[in-house]
Amino acid sequence: MSRLFGFEGVGELLGLPFVQNAFLAAALLGLVAGALAPLVVARGMGFAVHGTAELAFTGGAAALLIGISVSVGAVVGAVVAGLVFGVLGLRQRERDSVIGVVLAFGLGLGVLLLALYEGRASNKFGLLTGSIVSVDSSNIAVLVSVTIVVLATLAVVYRPLLFASADPDVAVARGVPTRVLSPLFAVLVALTTALAVPIVGAILVLSVTIIPGAAAARVTSNPLTATVLAIGIAELSLLGGTLLSLAPGLPISGYVATIAFLAYLVCRLVGRVRGRLRAA
Amino acid sequence: MTATPPTAPPAAVALRDARVAFGRRVLWEGLDLDVRPGEFLAVLGPNGSGKTTLLRVLLGLQPLDAGEVRIAGEPARRGGGGIGYIPQQKALVEDMPLRGADLVGLGLDGHRFGPGLRGRAERRRRVAAALEAVGATSYARSPVGRLSGGEQQRLRVAQALVGDPRVLLCDEPLLSLDLAHQRTVSRLIDERRRAADTAVVFVTHEINPILPLVSRVLYLVGGRFRIGTPDEVMTSETLSELYRTDVEVVRVQGRLVVVGAEDQHAHHDALESVT
Repeated sequence: MSRLFGFEGVGELLGLPFVQNAFLAAALLGLVAGALAPLVVARGMGFAVHGTAELAFTGGAAALLIGISVSVGAVVGAVVAGLVFGVLGLRQRERDSVIGVVLAFGLGLGVLLLALYEGRASNKFGLLTGSIVSVDSSNIAVLVSVTIVVLATLAVVYRPLLFASADPDVAVARGVPTRVLSPLFAVLVALTTALAVPIVGAILVLSVTIIPGAAAARVTSNPLTATVLAIGIAELSLLGGTLLSLAPGLPISGYVATIAFLAYLVCRLVGRVRGRLRAA
Repeated sequence: MTATPPTAPPAAVALRDARVAFGRRVLWEGLDLDVRPGEFLAVLGPNGSGKTTLLRVLLGLQPLDAGEVRIAGEPARRGGGGIGYIPQQKALVEDMPLRGADLVGLGLDGHRFGPGLRGRAERRRRVAAALEAVGATSYARSPVGRLSGGEQQRLRVAQALVGDPRVLLCDEPLLSLDLAHQRTVSRLIDERRRAADTAVVFVTHEINPILPLVSRVLYLVGGRFRIGTPDEVMTSETLSELYRTDVEVVRVQGRLVVVGAEDQHAHHDALESVT
């Protein structure tokens, strides 16, 4: 237990630039992931997000091997995956199988690339489970740019995107370009995923892109409130996870996933109690 | 069909010598049709006869191969104004954080890009008025995914009317509703048409629930069509001609029973996936 929780030396750690970078990165990631989460949940894109994360992992592994920035590799891998899913997988029925095929291949390729890499082992492991040490100042620049691009795009396309997600038939009838919006949203999700991979790791991206949206949907049906709440839960998980992981020196992903999961349980409980009260 | 005199306001919907074909298969051609403001046109016909395609043409989603189509005097175009659309009842996503009022609001400006920060008070007022008009105020704040099919369909009517359309396009809006809700939804549509002179184009495979409201019928069968009042079109003679087989139309207690026509209504095409 003492190995899991502790705050020994946290004060000194907080003064270190790389720790401050980690908090900044977590905060930025929480903002974009939370903003997208309700739409990801509503569009049933959980599996797509997971597939995108594995491809971001492949991109990151390739970047390690050829010696370029891991964030750039992750962004490229995720965006390629997002576009493939967005364009090929428009039909619900086909989507899962397309994702499964691409995911399996991407993951296999990533494992191969990692095996070929002869650098530090912590770099390899970090891609899968995340690590705050991986966030340096060049990554912060990428994070800030991607955050701005994602949020600005979302502000412009949010309404038609909500329309197309909630009510596709009428949205098409009213001239909403759903065929453009689907791949566009997939790219926004991909960029966010790529940011998340170095921090929480490829296998736990869902903890920040799905859980906050799923939790918020339990307690509110106001789209704006749901988005704000999802951002709050994502921030709580990411910042809280970063803080808790400092002293034990363990990967943050476990803490992030646990906080997000607890938030989800609380939201379910609140939703259920409220439903009972209303029924009574 | 006589041409509209120059002094009259433009027809709400006007088709001139319209033709749609997919490859070598001609859905319909030579279609001339004027729907006047306040008129209720029922579009009938078996599956694959081009009913939904007609709606797609009016919505500007499907170009004509020949001829022209105008909505309130303007060429039909994708996302054009002046049109309200009511689809068939279909369960809405339950995980979607969306309330009744949000669904109606999307009918007003959901197709517009941008953050939409201006005119929020006016937007709220119009949404509230549309909800009130269909009697949906009591569940305006409930999550849409948990409403009954009938309640959802009332919201659909409000969603289609909130933009103050000149033309209301309905694609089987009564399908999968029980009789009471069928009556409510068709009454709401009819009230609107009378109050605001809105033209209604109502695609259905079942004319009986709306028979008292219908001004004219467009009956499509295998590339052939007939336009006229229900009394003109819904006869054994006309339908036998259209179907090219013996069809009997019988009136039973104010209902029309069509015997012998190909009558399968299980499958219905969605707007997007029509080929």
